[in-house]
Amino acid sequence: MSRPDIKRSLNVLDSSPVVKSLDAPELRLKALDTLWLQVTGTLCNIACLHCFISCGPKNHQHEMLTVEQVHNTLAEAKKQGVREYYFTGGEPFLHPDIRELITMTLEQGPLSILTNGILIDEEMAVWLGETFQTARYSLDLRVSLDGSTPEDNDKVRGKGTFKRIIAGIERLARHGINPVITVTEVRPEMGHPRARAAFMEFVRTLGLDKPRLKFLTPFLIGREVRRTRGYTEVELLHEGDLFPGEEQKLQCSSCRMVTDDGIYPCPLLINIPEAKMGETMADGLKPIQLAWQPCYTCHIFGVTCRT
Amino acid sequence: MINAETPSCDSQQLDYTIAVFGGCYNNYLALEATIEDARRHNAQAIYCLGDMGGFGPHPDRIFPLLWENKIICMQGNYDHSIGNRLADCACGYTDPRDNYYAQISYDYTLAHTADRYKDWLSELPPAIQLTLANKRVLMSHGSPRRVNEFLWETTTPDPFLTRMFSDYNADIILCTHTGIHWQRTLEDGRSLVNVGAIGRPPNDGQTTVWYALLTVHTSQEQLDCELLPVRYDHERLAYEMRQEALPEEFVAPILTGWWTTCLEILPAKERARGRF
Repeated sequence: MSRPDIKRSLNVLDSSPVVKSLDAPELRLKALDTLWLQVTGTLCNIACLHCFISCGPKNHQHEMLTVEQVHNTLAEAKKQGVREYYFTGGEPFLHPDIRELITMTLEQGPLSILTNGILIDEEMAVWLGETFQTARYSLDLRVSLDGSTPEDNDKVRGKGTFKRIIAGIERLARHGINPVITVTEVRPEMGHPRARAAFMEFVRTLGLDKPRLKFLTPFLIGREVRRTRGYTEVELLHEGDLFPGEEQKLQCSSCRMVTDDGIYPCPLLINIPEAKMGETMADGLKPIQLAWQPCYTCHIFGVTCRT
Repeated sequence: MINAETPSCDSQQLDYTIAVFGGCYNNYLALEATIEDARRHNAQAIYCLGDMGGFGPHPDRIFPLLWENKIICMQGNYDHSIGNRLADCACGYTDPRDNYYAQISYDYTLAHTADRYKDWLSELPPAIQLTLANKRVLMSHGSPRRVNEFLWETTTPDPFLTRMFSDYNADIILCTHTGIHWQRTLEDGRSLVNVGAIGRPPNDGQTTVWYALLTVHTSQEQLDCELLPVRYDHERLAYEMRQEALPEEFVAPILTGWWTTCLEILPAKERARGRF
């Protein structure tokens, strides 16, 4: 049965179905406070089963940002008065010039890096620890870990990853970095307060005596569609659906994402070509339509990608 | 918004000093000590940037001190919530544990604040503007754009401040809300001063609390800001907090200077400086 308020199409990148709300709420950009940089595109050293943009060693849907691209982006961001920066991918530490990117960004504002921690060897941990101490602005790392045992984590993030992620976290801890451990609630029971408290205690055993945790709800796009399910057609936002005051709380009212091919509203939508806002920072200042299925998750669960 | 008149300066008088504090958090003993310290430094006017309630005991003891000493007050998020009898403090915490403890102190404060004080809180202005040494001074609680925005030193970059000074036509912005004081002057001379809080020490292992003293040097059209520590009878406050059966998690920072709650909102660098 056809519905007048949605449009079905296929994603030209991977032929996955895309459903768009045709009467979605519009969201104005209050101010460009948070700028995400897809520094390594969709390239990652691992291929997690819940990755909402299907990153992996061979995924070139988005390529790495060059040093020049990051430099130019920072110059534009400075004019906009951006408050904070995030590096993500893929895996940011795959970037051959990651130290230069970190250094130049930290000269302009606080930086959070989303990583799986595996590529943070001793030398990198030492450098990050020194940079954390000496940088004028805050440097934060967010290390993803999806279980407190190899059995739980490796089911999602890949065989042998638990041990390598833990090793990365312990190296960071030894060099004075207290990363935020980011946990995607890949099993429903992980959201229970007792489970969260147990995870907190586990993190203490890794040498982090001030444990910091962020729990995230999975987004039903990318590889997660095969692990659990995709969105249904009712999981879309339509005019009038936003809660009172919600406009202020949605991260996309104050963030944009920069990739190698242009500007997107947020990190979730970079594999939906129609969600692209344009090539330049100015294009990203326009209002957006909350027309895409991941927008539904942010609306229902109040998710923010911010730390 | 209060548009305060520019304080008049005697032509013989070279300096004009104001004191600015925030975050009383029911700590009436620190408030007394701060007022006394400000008077000792010849402050001709004293301003409070809001958040009268919070962790401490006996909320009603704050108000007579503010009124009797003619403190010029504006509204923080706590004051808006208490004044309007809302369900929570709207402090802006994101962590369940932080929110749990925030709710305990909020419920206590709401239950122990007299209606006449609540009504007064509800009518406080959200900002104060004045001109000092030809500089436009804007007093806000969190930030000029949001009452519960946290402006921390390591996550408030210069380009962001430049935007805020421009958006709000200010040369000096004063704020509080984070509970940790800091100040920065940009190359163009515009300044942000987070005056800190007098209700709780700034997670530095000391028991002193902080406020700001702004001095106008009228002959040079120059405005200086100094952040000052204040000692007060913190042991008595801790005793009274225990008498009121407030959680030990609130008493410990008063006695040790190390925060035990509101930790998750701290940026990585500020968190690393604390004990917990």
